[in-house]
Amino acid sequence: MKLENEAHFEQEVEALIQDIHTQYGYDFGGYARASVYRRIKRFLGQKGLASVEELRGALFANSYFFENFLQEVTVNVTEMFRDPAFFLSLRANVLPILSTYPYIKIWDAGCSTGEELFSLAILLEEEGLLGRTKIYATDINQKVLKQAKEGIFSVSNMASYTAGYYAAGGKREFSGYYRSNYGNVKFDSSLVKNVVFYPHNLATDSSFNEFHLILCRNVLIYFNRELQERVYRLFDESLVSLGYLALGKKETLAMSSISTSYNIVDKSNRIYRKAS
Amino acid sequence: MIKSSKIVVMGGSWGGLQASLSVLKELPATYPIPIVLVLHRLRNFEGSLPELYDSKTLLKAVEVDEKEEALPGHVYLAPSNYHVLLEKDQTFSLDDSELENYSRPAIDVTFTSAADVYGSNTIGILLSGASRDGSAGLKYISDRGGTVVVQDPAEAELDTMPLAAIDQVPDGEIMNLEQIQAYLLSLT
Repeated sequence: MKLENEAHFEQEVEALIQDIHTQYGYDFGGYARASVYRRIKRFLGQKGLASVEELRGALFANSYFFENFLQEVTVNVTEMFRDPAFFLSLRANVLPILSTYPYIKIWDAGCSTGEELFSLAILLEEEGLLGRTKIYATDINQKVLKQAKEGIFSVSNMASYTAGYYAAGGKREFSGYYRSNYGNVKFDSSLVKNVVFYPHNLATDSSFNEFHLILCRNVLIYFNRELQERVYRLFDESLVSLGYLALGKKETLAMSSISTSYNIVDKSNRIYRKAS
Repeated sequence: MIKSSKIVVMGGSWGGLQASLSVLKELPATYPIPIVLVLHRLRNFEGSLPELYDSKTLLKAVEVDEKEEALPGHVYLAPSNYHVLLEKDQTFSLDDSELENYSRPAIDVTFTSAADVYGSNTIGILLSGASRDGSAGLKYISDRGGTVVVQDPAEAELDTMPLAAIDQVPDGEIMNLEQIQAYLLSLT
């Protein structure tokens, strides 16, 4: 981007954010700006667009293009068994307690393309809980939800995912969970048989159920303080008493207004439990 | 604590850890400019870099926490597996998006973001390393009137990174570690 254009860039993006809200109902007002600016610049580069004005034209002319934009701007980079210690801790500290319930309800908020969802499902399967667990997998973006439902991932990541699986306490042969085909792997659809895929926007939508466990990892880092606070309250409303909340490695409840009603289960893996 | 109108962003990979330690070790605890340090590390590496910098320098060394304010007297280390960005209100944002230059954290991401916020008050320093990460960020800083400092390739443990930077920003300052330290002290 040329330097002389840059003074206008941020103003134009702010105006665009407002118009996207009006036109499509997606509110990026509470997103941390540095990352939004970077991702929009990146998108402009990818699409060969010269300015935010050109982007605006394309976005409002074509809803498919808008879906594509949404996918790029909301970060959808994810891995299976990311931070294996987290999954190990979930297995050791949370699942044994959940197993005392007759049925279990889990919300994977911001599930993106599903890598974490399948990691979680595998964990539940190995602990004998998958059959009586219902998982609500939500994301702002319909396109990634569709991908998540399919459970197809690139074979090139499987070496690192396999290592993550065993580091997370995997009990079986990891390759038993998927079939390989033309550079991709497809995970067994029985893993997501009890999963409901559902579009949900953390910035605007409300609580829709009560859960025993909510996972929302590496989503809140993209929000500003106000929006984070909204989401924490949303999670609080959506958790049963003694329910668990699992966040990303660099996210914390500490600064939020709900922190006093939560106990720390695992400090370094950011697992919290709602007080009774 | 009083905010700083300036920022020092420093990057390196192989050899960058030792180089940055020797640059930072004489800076006083009251150093008036926040320092952000992006070192390439093994992904998912669970090291204790903050403890290392805390013990070998007078500065307060911390791993960046999201939404934390960039304050003087601190050296902020980029966490493993996250990019570090700066916001207009001088707080940090973390980002776990795509690797850039095969790396996360990427030096270019932090340098670019710092220049967007601090403009000509950005001081970018690139140390020893074996990749091209950081040079585009230095160019970005330079285009916005900031200061560009590159470790003398002759002294660097690996010269790929400094040479790439000199290629991108030919009018940047080339200094050895002692000169970089003296330069940083001269800013107080």
